[in-house]
Parts: sequence; structure tokens; C-alpha cells
Amino acid sequence: METITSQSSLAHSAEGGHGQNINVGSNERMISLLGGGVLALAGLASGRKSGIGLAILGTGLLYRGATGHCSMYQALGINSAEPHASRASLNEGIKVEKSLTIQNKSPEELFQFWRNLENLAQFMEHVESIHKIDDKRSHWVVKGPAGRHVEWDAEIINERENELIAWRTVEDAEVAHAGSVRFEKGPNGQGTVVRVSLLYSPPAGKLGAAIAKLFGEEPHIQVQQDLRRFKMLMESGEIATTKGQPHGNSPIRPFSGREA
Amino acid sequence: MKALCWHGKRDVRVERVSDPEILNPRDAIIRITSTAICGSDLHLYNGYILGLMEGDILGHEFMGEVVEVGTEVKRIKKGDRVVVPFTISCGQCFFCKEELFSLCDNSNPSAGIAEKALGSSAAGIYGYSHIFGGYAGGQAEYARVPFADVGLLPVPPELTDEQVLFLSDIFPTGYMAAENCNIRQGDTVAVWGCGPVGQFSIQSAWLLGAGRVIAIDRIPERLEMARKHSHAETLNYTEVDNVVEALFELTGGRGPDACIDAVGMESHSTSPMHYVDRAKQAMMMENDRPHVLREVIQSCRKGGTVSIPGVYSGLVDHIPMGIAFNKGLTMRMGQTHMQKYMKRLLDRIQRGEIDPTFIITHRLKLDEASQGYDIFCNKEDECIKVVMTP
Repeated sequence: METITSQSSLAHSAEGGHGQNINVGSNERMISLLGGGVLALAGLASGRKSGIGLAILGTGLLYRGATGHCSMYQALGINSAEPHASRASLNEGIKVEKSLTIQNKSPEELFQFWRNLENLAQFMEHVESIHKIDDKRSHWVVKGPAGRHVEWDAEIINERENELIAWRTVEDAEVAHAGSVRFEKGPNGQGTVVRVSLLYSPPAGKLGAAIAKLFGEEPHIQVQQDLRRFKMLMESGEIATTKGQPHGNSPIRPFSGREA
Repeated sequence: MKALCWHGKRDVRVERVSDPEILNPRDAIIRITSTAICGSDLHLYNGYILGLMEGDILGHEFMGEVVEVGTEVKRIKKGDRVVVPFTISCGQCFFCKEELFSLCDNSNPSAGIAEKALGSSAAGIYGYSHIFGGYAGGQAEYARVPFADVGLLPVPPELTDEQVLFLSDIFPTGYMAAENCNIRQGDTVAVWGCGPVGQFSIQSAWLLGAGRVIAIDRIPERLEMARKHSHAETLNYTEVDNVVEALFELTGGRGPDACIDAVGMESHSTSPMHYVDRAKQAMMMENDRPHVLREVIQSCRKGGTVSIPGVYSGLVDHIPMGIAFNKGLTMRMGQTHMQKYMKRLLDRIQRGEIDPTFIITHRLKLDEASQGYDIFCNKEDECIKVVMTP
């Protein structure tokens, strides 16, 4: 676990500290417990010296989850246990930008497909469902890390026909985020370049994002993979898969290969 | 159904597994009638390729009868007898449209892994690890083939399985290797490696107008096949001090116009550098042994072309780039753009210009696949190519 030696940490200590107050929101505490337990076990089971570091990190997280107190958050001035804490300022958020070229579809065709937001569930891997509430608003159900479900309402805040769609989450979204997708004519006037830009606060803060990364569910990868699946769907009419194919006998498979 | 499954280094087993099913609308299901072991399967067998998982079904050279088609398959129908290309291509992306089918954007479900491992994701390949999509392979009784309309090649009933099976990989691979040499009428072409791809490279070089073909290897029966069936001059590298010098002498001091590396990353040599390469591999400092690649660069004439069908998967050391630059060499390489070549090579077989059956040395049942891998790997019993029937 890194030692925070920032100014704010010293300032807090100088003020006499806050004691063992709860500054970690309950969802986050669950993530800490889960993640901490896994890391601690992984570290101890690895049989290597470096595993000890992992085990210490894991134990720290277990403590954090169990007590609701995080000294690192205290040092950074974050309190995710407060009401509306999950609607964290997007200035603290994570930014993802990805782009991809789609060969055989025009910006108009892709805009029309994307604008009907329910279509997005066809290729976004972690989206369980999207329901239109009205022309601008939609309700999303998404699979989050550690097997949780996350739901939010989103509204389209800006659009330019065949060029741009911008949206953001509304009200008390668990995963506050804003994003945009742009469609531009491709190189040599062929096809379309699709640019996705996302700014978001993941559940359980940055620590949650770090743990999710360990499990291979990192947002940059997710966006890249979803864009790739969009491209497959648009260009070849289907999303390449091997789910459900025959396979030989093997002992427990500890890791299952990721789909595109 | 029965299928050949990978379980570890030098451990492959025929097991009972579930039958394949249509998973996407452009899929077809093939009942396999003939299947072969490829030299590149040996890289899997010997544990050189990462991304294999226990139980993966191997095999990428196969053919058979279509028994089921998905709803979006238009060109191929149930009952068609087809050869299957080892690469999977969607036919619609930028690369497929450019006829660079082995670079397809859309056929690898594990594209993210491929990008991390190899810089970019290219086409999915049957039975060749999760880096290339983790598709179940064709050393089995049935297989699912995606994008059936793009890949499957119908073959006429008067040609036997053995005559057309190698359109699935090694014949187009050898042909593309020769085509990549930019052969002008009468050119001299040198081919390293007298395995199946090397043999088809030699024969394709003749088809493309070469005036002279020199084949390099050390295994007697492979050199014999190169002489007898492929009509090449041969050079046994264990019998000369220095292959590069020997080639200069054979070509009047100039060097061959084009050189084909049909050996790839598991090259063998008697030089001290070979043991340095092996030591580096053991210490995970180098993945591949590029001995042949070094020799090819040193041997090729100034302004000539180096063509690389041999598979490389990682990092190599001590490549004489200075020599390559100084000589102004052209290097062309890569996985075969199968769908570009299969039909026209089938035409050549039908016209009697080439009979691919010369390459087969062993015919086994699928049940004997494990022995097949063993003798192919150890080059025992004069093994050059193993064909299996389920």
C-alpha cells in the first residue's frame, strides 16, 4: 500500500485527525471486502515474495471494507459515505477516448443506428438492456465488476444530425458519466471514423477501478472491445464468437478467454 | 464427436467432445472427411505458442461435406463438398476488400489479446490458440466454419480428397511465398526448408517461371523428395562449411535472385549461434530462432527479394539489418491470403499442372493422431506429411 505523504495528509493530522470515522460508502466497502479477500488469498497462495505485497494490500482492503474507514481517502479528502457521494465531481473522473474506422457504412447510416439507443445493447458486451423512456431519455442496466448490476438513466444533451450524439447520466446515477460519439467521413471519403469519448466515475471510486482492472474489466479495454464489436456488426453483419463451441476435457479453467 | 485436444507440451489426445453448432448466421457445419497435421501445429505441440488452453481442439487443414448452413449463407449449401481455408475472413472489411484476407479485422473474437501479443489483430485461425480467436480446429469429425460464403471452396467429385486437401493451407502458402519473390522468367530461387511448405514453394517457383531452384535442408528423405518430385537442385547444409558461400559458388558469385525462408522460428543449425539462440529461448530472452532468416539475408543477391512464409511469433536477435540495407533487399512475408489463391490453384490441379499428393508419406486414422504428431515432430519413419481420416 502506498504511503500518502501529501500536504493534505499532513494537514489532516495536524488538525488532530478524524479518528476512525466512516468515510467509505457501503457499495465501496463491499468491493473492498471482495477485492481485498481475493488479493490477500492470491498473494498468500502465490508462494512468492512479491505475493506478500499483494497480501498486505489485500488485508488493507479487507480492513477498509470491514470498518468503513480508509486512510487513503482521508488523505485525499474523499468521503464516499456521504449522501450523493457517488455523484462525484466529474473532474475526478476517468476519461476514455477511442476511435475506429468502419469501412462500408456512411456517417448517416451509423448515426441512425446509434441514435436508436436500444440498438447499442446488440454490441455493448456489458449492457444487459437499454429501454427508451422518451426521445431523449433511456434507462440502462449494465453488468458491473464483481458480478454486480448497475443501473442508470441517461439523457441526450446534444446532437447534430449524422455527426454527433452527446449524453450524460441524470439524477443519482450510480456511475455518473458523460459521453459523446462522433461520426466523420473516413479516409478517401470511404466509410466512417467513429470517435467515442467518455468521462465517468466508476462505482467505488478510483480504487474500484483499480480492482476492476485486476479482474480484466478495465474501462479502456471495455470501450475498445465494444467499439470493435460495433465494427464487426456493421461490416460483417455479425459479432465473431466461439461461445458454445466444442472443447476437450480439462480440469477447472481458472481464466476464461475474453471475447472481442 | 471425436476431436484431437491439446493438453500440454507434447501431449495431445483424441477425446469425445460435443458436436459443433451454428453460432452465427453466416456459419456452416462441416462433416470432416480428411484432415492433416501442419508444420506450424508442431509449434503448438512443442509449446512455443502462448494462449493455448488445456482441451483446445487443434487442426487447421481440413475438408469435408457441408451438413448444415446458417440463415445468412447464400453461396454454399448442404451437401457441397468443400475445402476449408485455415484463416477465417469476413469478406467485408478494408483488408478483405484489398484481398489481404489473412489480415481480416472482424474474424478474431479475441482481438484484444492479439493486439497485446502481436501489435495488431489479424484473421482468426482454426485450432491455433486464443491469440488467433480460440476457434475449435479441424482435427476432428465435425467443425463449425464462420463466414462460410467467403471461405469455403467447392471441389469437383472427380478429384480425390488427397488431391485437394492441401488447398486448405500448404499449397497456397507455398504459392504465395513464391509469388512474393517477384520471380522473373529464368530467375534463380533458393528455398530453405524441404518440408511440405518448402516443397510447394519449390513447385510454385517453377510454375511462376523460375529458371533454377535450389533447395536446402539436412533430412535425406526431404532432400530426395525435393530432387525427385520437385526437381530442385539440393544442398545439404550439414555437408558444407558455409551455406552462404556455397550458394554464392552455385550462382556464379552473385547469390540467388530470391530466397524463401520456409523454416521459421524453430530453425535448426549446427552453428555456435544456434546454441546461443537456444540458451536465450530457455531464459525467455528470445522467442524465436532466426538462424535461417540470418542466412537468407546474407545469401540473397543485391537488390533481390526475401520471402518469408515460415512462422515467426516473437522477438529475434542479431538480424543483419546492415547487410539487408546495404544490399537493398525487399522483404515480403505473412500469413497466406488464402481466398485469393484457392480457386486458381484448384484450376491448376484440375489442368494437371501439379499433383499435390506427392507430399503425403503417412495416412492414419484420427484415433492415431497422437502418434502422428510424434513421428512428424521427430521426423521419424521418413515422415514428411501426415493425413488423417476420422
